Amino acid sequence: MSSGELLRVEDLKVYYYTLTGIVRAVDGVSLSARPGELIAVVGESGSGKSTLGMALLGMVPPPGKIVSGKVVIDGVEVTGLSGEELRRVRGSLVSMVFQDPFTTLDPVRRIGDQIVEVMTEHGVPEDEAEAKVPGILESLGLPADLAMAYPHQLSGGQRQRVSIAAAIALGPKLLVADEPTTALDVIVQKQIMDLLDDIRKKRGMTVMLITHDIALAVERADRIAIMYAGKIVEYGPTREILEDPLHPYTRGLLKSVPDLYSDRRPEPIPGNPPDLRDPPKGCRFRPRCPLAGSICSKEPKPREVDERVVSCWMVGGERR
Amino acid sequence: MMMLELLSMSKLPRHARLMVYAGLVIVAFVIFLAAAAPLLTPYDPTKTVGPSFAPPSREHPLGTNRLGYDVWARIVYGARTILYVVFAAIGISMALGIPLGLISGYYGGRIDRALSMVMDAVYAFPSLVLAIALAVALGPSPTNAAIAIAVVYVPTYFRMVRGQVLSLREAPYIETARALGLPTRRILVRHIAPHLLPTIMVVFSLSAADAVLTEAALSFLGLAVEPPTPDWGYDLYVGKAFARSYPWLIIAPGFMITLLATGFALIGEGLSERLRREAV
Repeated sequence: MSSGELLRVEDLKVYYYTLTGIVRAVDGVSLSARPGELIAVVGESGSGKSTLGMALLGMVPPPGKIVSGKVVIDGVEVTGLSGEELRRVRGSLVSMVFQDPFTTLDPVRRIGDQIVEVMTEHGVPEDEAEAKVPGILESLGLPADLAMAYPHQLSGGQRQRVSIAAAIALGPKLLVADEPTTALDVIVQKQIMDLLDDIRKKRGMTVMLITHDIALAVERADRIAIMYAGKIVEYGPTREILEDPLHPYTRGLLKSVPDLYSDRRPEPIPGNPPDLRDPPKGCRFRPRCPLAGSICSKEPKPREVDERVVSCWMVGGERR
Repeated sequence: MMMLELLSMSKLPRHARLMVYAGLVIVAFVIFLAAAAPLLTPYDPTKTVGPSFAPPSREHPLGTNRLGYDVWARIVYGARTILYVVFAAIGISMALGIPLGLISGYYGGRIDRALSMVMDAVYAFPSLVLAIALAVALGPSPTNAAIAIAVVYVPTYFRMVRGQVLSLREAPYIETARALGLPTRRILVRHIAPHLLPTIMVVFSLSAADAVLTEAALSFLGLAVEPPTPDWGYDLYVGKAFARSYPWLIIAPGFMITLLATGFALIGEGLSERLRREAV
């Protein structure tokens, strides 16, 4: 492990034990992030990206379980914690912002109280916590007197700012943002993303942006991890991924986005993601892959190509 | 205050609001009788203050009973007995049923199954029979009657709270609270319990209405109070023997029991109109 790592995920497996079978939502994910970096995890619905995000906080909803692997954040092995220790880590070391700001704030409690309680429940004295609220709100571009308001009095953008305020009140080292702008209109989306960038730079906080929107990821992230069917198929610097996508799924994703500046038409990837209760043997993208060959029925090992890690038999080593 | 907004009646349709107001007036009236009893009558309800079976008159507005006790005095002091039993019973059952329901619904799993089984077992008993059995076992006193009635209503609160918590615990703001490291105790008390308030208000009123009748039934059977404590249900029982000749002996306590039960029921039914509308 290099000293420049804030987050390290090692061969993480998170399975949901449902009545109809074991859903391998996250199946052997390895990943790392540096301090202050914005990494994006991009994947379709059901690719396991949200489960991965939750697992970083050690809170996979039942019937899910972290089966094996490690999550280390700033030297703390989150996967080794439980109960009270795990609770203390949440909010202070690693925090999370969710998708829908209309439902993530408690409708019957004042904004200020919801920010204060995060601090007091992590040992900050109440008067000190209350004194910090106006500053926190202002740093997120909200008027300080909003502390007395209830969520229903706020707009969607304001609510998402409040969610972020509560999430970063204790200065976590890592913020997991799970589709933080999906429920907002485009103008507000840009404001929220700018805000996240701004906080990240000021505080040196690492942000993991979970999104299905590769265009957003390309625009904002330092590095991008492409997730498909519970596995990360390609992970590397944004520029390299954009300009020279290696994995056929990454290529397909990039081609499926419309481009304003060319006549190229967006091309969908044919087929559907596999059922994670019974994924295809070997490479999980094989049934949809234009390059698939016989070797693909064996599981591809992640390989390093320059600064990238890619899991595909058809690329890497001597490039084709 | 949002907490008060949860209780506010502005969202109620007009007829439901009228029901709630009528119920509140009735219950307030009975509470007033109980509180102001010594001011409303000069008589001790357990002393002979006139001739036997005196008809209503200026001195005895509702007449007297066989022992020459003033019936009006027994009504106002009897309000104290029944209100004490009803509120104590509901208080006990809320104090047990609500926290157990929160725990059962939030944690699920084995605790939930064990608690649910016990509660369902209690709930399966016919409530009056259970209350009678408990009251017999405990002996006649208002506090024992309250305990007997409380046991009957614990499962009502438990089931209602548990059911609501099962859906509330999946709410995104609860997930957020967990992700921000709030302890379970705080999530339950500050983020789940307040949302139960409207439902608790309804169940409170309806179970109070029911408890009034149960208390009256217990004391009718001589299981709630020892004579000569003034108590409507007991007076109804004593008066029954002479009802044909001296009807005021049963009209007064019977009317009061009905009135109080109706009052609580009106509040509950009126408030539940809002829950019904929100569910749509």
